[in-house]
Amino acid sequence: MIASAQANGASPTPVTEAVVIGASAGAVQALARILPALPADYPLPVLVVVHVPADRDNMLVPHFAATCRIAVREAEDKEAIRAGTVYFAPSDYHMLVEPDRTISLSLDPLVHYSRPSIDVLFDSAADAYGPALAGVVLTGANDDGAAGLKAVADAGGVALAEDPATAYSPAMPRAALDACPAARSMSLDQIASFLAALGGARPS
Amino acid sequence: MDDRVEDIEIQLLLEALFQRYHYDFRNYARASIKRRLRQARDQMGFASFSALQEGLLHDPARLPRLLDYLTVQVSEMFRDPSYYRAIREKVIPHLRTYPSLKVWIAGCSEGEELYSFVIMFREEGLEKRTLFYATDINPDALDAAARGIYPLDRISAFTSNHRHSGGKSSLSDYYRADYGRAVFDKSLRDRVVFSDHSLVTDAVFAEMHLISCRNVLIYFDRKFQDRAIGLFRGSLARKGFLGLGSKESLHFSEHADAFAPFVRDEKIYQRHEQ
Ligand SMILES: C[S@@+](CC[C@H](N)C(=O)[O-])C[C@H]1O[C@@H](n2cnc3c(N)ncnc32)[C@H](O)[C@@H]1O
Repeated sequence: MIASAQANGASPTPVTEAVVIGASAGAVQALARILPALPADYPLPVLVVVHVPADRDNMLVPHFAATCRIAVREAEDKEAIRAGTVYFAPSDYHMLVEPDRTISLSLDPLVHYSRPSIDVLFDSAADAYGPALAGVVLTGANDDGAAGLKAVADAGGVALAEDPATAYSPAMPRAALDACPAARSMSLDQIASFLAALGGARPS
Repeated sequence: MDDRVEDIEIQLLLEALFQRYHYDFRNYARASIKRRLRQARDQMGFASFSALQEGLLHDPARLPRLLDYLTVQVSEMFRDPSYYRAIREKVIPHLRTYPSLKVWIAGCSEGEELYSFVIMFREEGLEKRTLFYATDINPDALDAAARGIYPLDRISAFTSNHRHSGGKSSLSDYYRADYGRAVFDKSLRDRVVFSDHSLVTDAVFAEMHLISCRNVLIYFDRKFQDRAIGLFRGSLARKGFLGLGSKESLHFSEHADAFAPFVRDEKIYQRHEQ
C-alpha cells in the first residue's frame, strides 16, 4: 500500500487530478445539486457511474449536458480523459480508468448486481491516479462503492460520502462510511462547493 | 503490498503466459485484466501473482481455469436487437446478390451470437449458401458453442431480443426444452466451422462477406485493437461488411480509412473497394 500522503504531514499535499462519483437510487436529483455547480473553467475530469437499468435509455447525458457549464458526454472506449469534462458510464457497461488515463469499457459480469459498477470505476481510478483522486459516494440503496471508496482512500486520495442523515437513500453512503473510516460525510451542497474548489491546491 | 510491485508481477505473469502457452494478453486493457487476475489469484488459492505465475508455468492443467478468468464469457442471443435488425434490413439485401457467402463470428464466446446469425440467415433463406466461421481463443467456450445448450432461464431474454430484432419465426422452433436446458437444433450447425483463433496472434482468415466481432475489441488496448482491425481489413472481400459492438468503433484506428460507415448507429462498416 502506498502510504497515505494525506495523513503523512511530511509529504507535499497532492493536487487532485480527477474526480469519480458513484450514485444509485436518487442519483439524478443528487447530481443535479453537484454537477451544475462546477464552474465553466473546471480543471478536472469527473467520471460518474449511475446505476441505470440496462434496458432503459440512458438519458443522463442529454439531461446534464443541458444544465452543466462544463462538457458532458457518454464515455467512449479508449478515449483520453480530458479536463473539464463529465463522463457518464454507458448503461450496461463497466467504465474503467487505464493506467495511461484513458477510459476502457467492459462487459464483465455484474458487480453488486450492477453494470456499471461504482467499485469497478473507483478501484481502477485509484490505481491510475493514486493520491491525485477524489472519490464521492452519493445516495443509493445498496453497497456498491464502499470497497471502491476505501481503495481511493488507501491510495491516498480524498474520500467523501453524502451524509446518510440527509441522503435520499442512505444505505450506500452509510456502507461507504463504514468501509472507509477516512471518508468525510458531507451534505450535497458541501460536496458541491468542495468539488468546485478542487483542482488547485487541495482545500483542507 | 506496494501497487507498483503488483504491476510488475502482472507484467511478468502475462509475459510467462505468452512465452509458455502463446496466449497474448499483454496488450489487453490493463485495468480489467488486473481486476480479473486478482479474482483468479484469490480463487485459485495463490498468495501473490508471482505464486500464480509459478503454478502456471509448471502445471499446464491450470491454464484452462486461468483462461476462464482472463476471457469474459458474457453474451446473449440477439444482444442489441437493433444491430440484428440493421443486419437484416440493410446488409442482407446486399448479401443476397452473392451466390455463396462466408460469415465470420469472431470472439463467438459460447455461441449466442453465432446461433443468432444462423437463425436469421435461415429466416432470410440464405443459410444454405453460407459458410459460418465461429472462432474464439477460449477452448471451453468453443466447446460450449458447438453444443448449443443454454439454461432455460436465459431463453425469455433471448426470445424477446429475437422478436425485437425483426425475427420472422418463433425462437422455440429451434430448440427443445430438456431438464432445465434449451438444446438448440444441431441442424443449425450444418454450415458452421468452429475454430480456435486469436485476433491478436493468428493470421488473416479467408475472403469474408461479413465479419461480426462484438464486444471483443473493448478488451484490447489500442495497439491490439488496430491489429485486429487490420486482420478484418485483410479478411474481408471487396465491399464486405464489418459489424462491431455498440460501444466499439473504428474511430481511433489507423485502418479507419479502409472502411466506410454503413449503418453508423449500429457500428456497421463496409470495406472500400481496393
Ligand atoms: C464479452 S465476449 C463477447 C461475446 C459475443 N461476441 C457477444 O458480443 O455477445 C468476448 C469474447 O472474446 C473472446 N476473446 C478474447 N480475446 C480474444 C482474442 N484474442 N481472439 C478471439 N477472441 C477473443 C473471449 O474468449 C470471449 O468469448
